[in-house]
Amino acid sequence: MTVETIPNVRPRRLSKDEIEANFADLHPPLLRAEALIEADRCYFCYDAPCTTACPTGIDIPGFIQKIRSDNIRGSAQTIFRENIMGGMCARVCPTEVLCEEACVRNTHEEKPVEIGLLQRYATDPVIDAGTQLFARAPSSGKKVAVVGGGPAGLSCAHRLAVLGHDVVIFNRDKKPGGLNEYGIAAYKTVDDFAQIEIDYILSVGGIDVKHRVTLGEDVQLSELLRDFDAVFLGIGLGQSNNLGIDGEDKEGVINAIDYIAELRQADDKSRLPIGKTVVVIGGGMTAIDIAVQSRHLGAQQVHMVYRRGPEKMSASVFEQALAQTSGVTIHHRAPPKQILGDDHVTGVEFETDEGKFVLYADMVFKAIGQQMKGIGDLDMDNGRLVVNDGHRTSHETVWAGGDCVVGGDDLTVSAVQHGKVAAIDIDRHLRAQ
Amino acid sequence: MANLKSTFLGIESPNPFWLASAPPTDKAYNVNRAFEAGWGGVVWKTLGEEGPPIVNVSGPRYSALHSNDRRVIGFNNIELITDRPLQINLDEIRQVKKDWPDRAVVVSVMLPMNEEAWAKNLPMIEDTGCDGFELNFGCPHGMSERGMGAAVGQVPEYIQMAAEWAKAAASIPVIVKLTPNVANILPPARAALDGGADAVSLINTINSIMRVDYDTLTMFPTTDGMGTHGGYCGEAVKPIALNMVAEIARTKATRTLPISGIGGITDWRDAVDFLALGASNVQICTAAMVYGFKIIDDLVDGLGTFLDDKGITLDQLIGHAVPSVTDWQYLNLNYVEKAVIDQDLCIKCGRCHAVCEDTSHQAITHTVDGERRFEVIDDECVGCNLCVSICPVDSCITMTQTSDANADKLNWTAHPNNPMRNTD
Repeated sequence: MTVETIPNVRPRRLSKDEIEANFADLHPPLLRAEALIEADRCYFCYDAPCTTACPTGIDIPGFIQKIRSDNIRGSAQTIFRENIMGGMCARVCPTEVLCEEACVRNTHEEKPVEIGLLQRYATDPVIDAGTQLFARAPSSGKKVAVVGGGPAGLSCAHRLAVLGHDVVIFNRDKKPGGLNEYGIAAYKTVDDFAQIEIDYILSVGGIDVKHRVTLGEDVQLSELLRDFDAVFLGIGLGQSNNLGIDGEDKEGVINAIDYIAELRQADDKSRLPIGKTVVVIGGGMTAIDIAVQSRHLGAQQVHMVYRRGPEKMSASVFEQALAQTSGVTIHHRAPPKQILGDDHVTGVEFETDEGKFVLYADMVFKAIGQQMKGIGDLDMDNGRLVVNDGHRTSHETVWAGGDCVVGGDDLTVSAVQHGKVAAIDIDRHLRAQ
Repeated sequence: MANLKSTFLGIESPNPFWLASAPPTDKAYNVNRAFEAGWGGVVWKTLGEEGPPIVNVSGPRYSALHSNDRRVIGFNNIELITDRPLQINLDEIRQVKKDWPDRAVVVSVMLPMNEEAWAKNLPMIEDTGCDGFELNFGCPHGMSERGMGAAVGQVPEYIQMAAEWAKAAASIPVIVKLTPNVANILPPARAALDGGADAVSLINTINSIMRVDYDTLTMFPTTDGMGTHGGYCGEAVKPIALNMVAEIARTKATRTLPISGIGGITDWRDAVDFLALGASNVQICTAAMVYGFKIIDDLVDGLGTFLDDKGITLDQLIGHAVPSVTDWQYLNLNYVEKAVIDQDLCIKCGRCHAVCEDTSHQAITHTVDGERRFEVIDDECVGCNLCVSICPVDSCITMTQTSDANADKLNWTAHPNNPMRNTD
């Protein structure tokens, strides 16, 4: 076997057209005829298991019944009432382990109702038309600071605005959206949907967004506490975890999150350099996302290597299958031992129960999670903020949600729920004053 | 396979499936195609008197009630009787009967209410070699406004009068086609019998408006902005038709009348329903208009296979279920059934609980020992069959007799709560 020692990392492994095709919508939207037939499959269950399985508790049989009767606006309202990011969640939720896993059709015929696609069918036209379904309550005269323009922050801000409070969002990045804009695989949210959805959310009014403001650098928590009646933190985790092995600093060893952010913002994806052979280290959704996107950019071989067994992988079975059908080879029970190469990576050595092996690679992506720094003296547990049922932190007027809190699980839908629950609790607090 | 050869009023056909008088039997072209496909007979689309041709609307004649995947559940039309010259129809009938001697060719007729019209036209039509007449006393739209069709069928005296004229003028069998747009089907059936008709066929279509147009808020469909009621047919009308057929078949005064069953027959099971409830053959229109003539394949071999499996003949099937139809007052009030949910088949949708809780007798649980579980509470269950009817899983919920099989029977006529009870 010959070992390529010259790293082969370059853009345009595929033509621009091929890459565009590779990054097309993963699940094209349903046509009306398809949606009506699919909606007809819903049994309209009592105390529906799908609703129970939805982190935001959307009345799923309710919105599907409205699709059946061509009441699309009513259907969208049923969705947005619980989840203002119903459009994004319809695209990115791992429905196969949430609502669709709970669907009783699985018991009947092993094929659930396509709830995600139906949710998209109901929400897309309302967002496209910019139809406002919410009216703000009379002004409370209260002001709330929301730190973070991701799903948790936007959800919280929207609900607070609807409840009559004025909101200022402090967003770290150039654009709002957090991981919706910078993190999720491009083929799950095409045509700039993240920004279109945010425009729709903000159109309710009462939400001011300030960009490129980082908590702890450009603004301090103490200032926010001084200037606002309440503060919500939806700041995510930020820093990517390190492998803690030799050679991690070599060229070509990249945090998956950073690369995906660049990919999401690229006008022409064919200009992104990608290795001929890529190794991804990790077993979660981000690992899948970077592995699949590497293939779509033209990497000839992509290995996704996870240190534990398949049962421990946080990526869903559907996501794993997506990676495999995209040509990704998944390895289990192989912790990385060291990164090989001189200046640039040439491979990764793994150590398993059955001995060591090496995967040669021109690029290595690390996708083994993120961590956060502490915020002031707020209580933390295992690197995340501690919150109560109402998502209030240890500080009386600070709430938090999304990936930065204990129980955060890297899902847009959970972050939306956290933001919503916090907003309701903040509202209760402010009105009790 | 079982022999499906059918003899109705002496009219033979290779199977009991006739195409009903309607657009599918409008002309030789269609009828030839039907016979090639395997249909046992046709009732030729209704002929009228010679004269200026019938004029149909050139807007929509048909409209449908759809399921979400646009399966046609119900169907409605405002088409009139044949709009082709009488002589062309007669020539074609003569040729078709000559080309297909083993198939039944019955001709539907609609004539004004004077004896001369019948005396003049029936012999002329009979001369084509057709096997029988069907008197259209059912058409509920258009022609009824001119004193024909349902306008006749709704007045028993007219039915009897016209049947007598027809019998006097014809030497081949006469079938009276009944309209369901009456309060009670028995007087019209009895009138047909008294007028000497050889049989009745039913049902014709039901007065109906399909819906409104949600954009214009006018009725739908319309012809240039105005609409009129049409005749309703298709799968949705079958239960209405079955009741009327069974009423005639089980009532002493009418039960000698042979019946040609019509109304929503789509597959062989629908045909079994009609035959078992007293029809001697069946007529079909809507299913052919929705799917084409090819449906005859399933009708024929479905019925044949069914008869084989049951080990009975077509004749034995006819009327088999009639003795099981009675009046409510004769139902055994001492008989008790309860619903039983098969937990192995249950998919836990919980619809049985929702409907029982909201609309019936609060007799189905939703939680047992903290688990999502749907069980019948026997003490509350009245055996109403609602849960069985709405359960999406076939055979998941069944009814089981809980009363003593040897208990005395007790019906309303003798029930102690009935102040008018028999006291003998």
